Amino acid sequence: MSEILVLVEHVEGQVKKVTLELLTLARKLGTPSAVWAGEGYSPDAQAKLAEYGAEKIYVADAAEIGDYVVAPKAELLAQLVSEKSPAAVFVAATAEAKEIAGRLAIKIDSGVLTDAVGMEDGLLADQSIFGGGVNVHSRVTKGTPIVAVRPNATPIEAAAGAGAEERVTVDVSDAAKGARVVERVKQEKGARPELTEASIVVSGGRGVGSAENFAVIEALADSLGAAVGASRAVTDAGWYPHQFQVGQTGKTVSPQLYIAAGISGAIQHRAGMQTAKTIIAINKDSEAPIFELADFGVVGDLHQVVPQLTEEITKRK
Amino acid sequence: MNIVVCVKQVPDTATERKLRSDDNTLDRDAADGVINELCEYAVEEALRLKEAHGGEVTVLTMGPAKAADTIRKALAMGADKAVHLVDDALHGSDVLGTSYALAQTLKKIGFDLVVLGSESTDARTGVLAAMLAERLSVPQLTFANKVEIDGTSISIQRVTDYGYDRVEASLPAVVSVVEKINEPRYPSFKGIMAAKKKPVEKLGVADAEIDASQVGLANSWSEVVDFAAAPPRAAGTVVKDEGDGGVKTAEFLASKKFV
Ligand SMILES: Cc1cc2nc3c(=O)[nH]c(=O)nc-3n(C[C@H](O)[C@H](O)[C@H](O)COP(=O)(O)OP(=O)(O)OC[C@H]3O[C@@H](n4cnc5c(N)ncnc54)[C@H](O)[C@@H]3O)c2cc1C
Ligand SMILES: Cc1cc2nc3c(=O)[nH]c(=O)nc-3n(C[C@H](O)[C@H](O)[C@H](O)COP(=O)(O)OP(=O)(O)OC[C@H]3O[C@@H](n4cnc5c(N)ncnc54)[C@H](O)[C@@H]3O)c2cc1C
Repeated sequence: MSEILVLVEHVEGQVKKVTLELLTLARKLGTPSAVWAGEGYSPDAQAKLAEYGAEKIYVADAAEIGDYVVAPKAELLAQLVSEKSPAAVFVAATAEAKEIAGRLAIKIDSGVLTDAVGMEDGLLADQSIFGGGVNVHSRVTKGTPIVAVRPNATPIEAAAGAGAEERVTVDVSDAAKGARVVERVKQEKGARPELTEASIVVSGGRGVGSAENFAVIEALADSLGAAVGASRAVTDAGWYPHQFQVGQTGKTVSPQLYIAAGISGAIQHRAGMQTAKTIIAINKDSEAPIFELADFGVVGDLHQVVPQLTEEITKRK
Repeated sequence: MNIVVCVKQVPDTATERKLRSDDNTLDRDAADGVINELCEYAVEEALRLKEAHGGEVTVLTMGPAKAADTIRKALAMGADKAVHLVDDALHGSDVLGTSYALAQTLKKIGFDLVVLGSESTDARTGVLAAMLAERLSVPQLTFANKVEIDGTSISIQRVTDYGYDRVEASLPAVVSVVEKINEPRYPSFKGIMAAKKKPVEKLGVADAEIDASQVGLANSWSEVVDFAAAPPRAAGTVVKDEGDGGVKTAEFLASKKFV
């Protein structure tokens, strides 16, 4: 079957879940080859990629690739596309990987779809647009299709592939060295899963009341092994950092379970969470629009309901 | 410094947005057109950079005739002049076509710095700034929550999942901004009046030296095959908290095997 390149998302040498999703998806449509760009490749990473079906693993782990913004990774993929003539290139629909996809599209003169929630035969993409209001089928009509797939869109399934490693050397061009990364600043993250990848997200809104009160949201998240999210009212007030914002101008999440506490459910918030499988709302206003989406809702004070819920979950474990 | 800020008109997110049933493109007549919110932050940042370093701010918009309202809004905020790329041949362009058309126009009008929003609220591809950097062969400084310029050196904080990267480059460059970078100003009455007199140059495809066979719906690199309204979510259960709301929620979670 035809080869599909899957750009690996990794952090501190660990392969991220979304990559396993992309490999699972690529197996249904062709034969996946993983592409590792940047430092941190290890036998563990190789084993993980093979476990989820990578037949080949192209490894370009020169430090230089990560020293510049986006462009070297696009060059690497362009080189592989011209050498291997794959049927398609899949990347995760993260901010950076979409940028890589965009630059690659120009280099190889191919179409790009930036936010697929599924892929069907014939490389037909399912997209969910306008905040989940409209479902679209789209496809690339010129060149080698490049598709960014939203995290959590595909349940992962292991199925061993050969995982044959092939080293790739890239000469990063001068043009790709324009924007130098001089420092990476890591802000506290804790042990929680990453927002876009998490199976469960617990989000707090203005109703939480203060930065200190976010501890109740965090406690519930921790009892469920969930990520914490926030509405824009919260990040604007500085109660929680911007990278945790869910919605139109924040992250788009598609978890199995989304719990919204003290969030009214404005259309711009819904745009980031409407495709969650199960939604729970806790809000003291029975008229809050978030209840229109909720599979289960509680009209009440979150400061009563959320701690009780956390306690009950902990008890049941 | 010659700063060009790319501004897009988008349908108001508060209204129902639709695709057209005839050609599967965005129905721009169905909803009110407003300035893409992140473009307001881009305009604001461009104005602040001009105020600090001198120069001129030019608004660049590709869009139908009605996008003129959005251009006026950016001019009312304080931009000096505008270029409106408007031509029926551009209708239905995908990101490859759009980035090509904007890059050609930027080459034509010249720039030291191009500022964009990091994402639009309608198409939400979030890739245009990176693609302009690629097409113009200039540094990509995207997802900035802070921009600093010193002579011809520019540095930004690029927002990441773990915090931010500090990125340095030399001008000319392309920057895109996130919403936490600043607080956009409201146009003053004086600004609104002044905007009416500011020059807006209209360019067609030929004026901007855009090859018409690289833009528009028929020449796109991708297509929308079909679309349908998403089925509404089934109504859920809503209970009133009688002192047992947390317990009831836990029971629901257990019934769905989350706990
Ligand atoms: C272009 C644009 C982009 C935007 N992008 C985003 C985005 O990315 N993400 C986003 O979230 N928003 C976004 N917004 C803002 C959005 O419109 C809303 O303003 C925002 O989502 C409101 O946040 P909230 O629900 O926390 O606050 P509110 O709307 O103020 O709602 C607070 C809710 O908490 C409830 N409440 C209060 N106290 C309690 C209590 N003790 N217990 C239980 N419930 C309580 C209230 O009944 C109310 O429903 C955007 C807006 C625009 C115009
Ligand atoms: C729902 C929907 C989904 C789409 N999906 C795809 C897709 O998957 N692949 C594809 O190739 N095309 C897609 N398109 C087409 C795409 O909208 C256009 O190419 C669009 O002009 C550029 O994309 P964007 O608005 O998403 O750019 P973004 O990268 O999200 O916008 C960022 C910034 O670019 C600037 N900008 C964007 N457009 C203009 C403009 N016209 N004039 C001036 N500045 C501008 C603004 O500063 C804006 O803040 C889609 C369109 C729609 C309506």
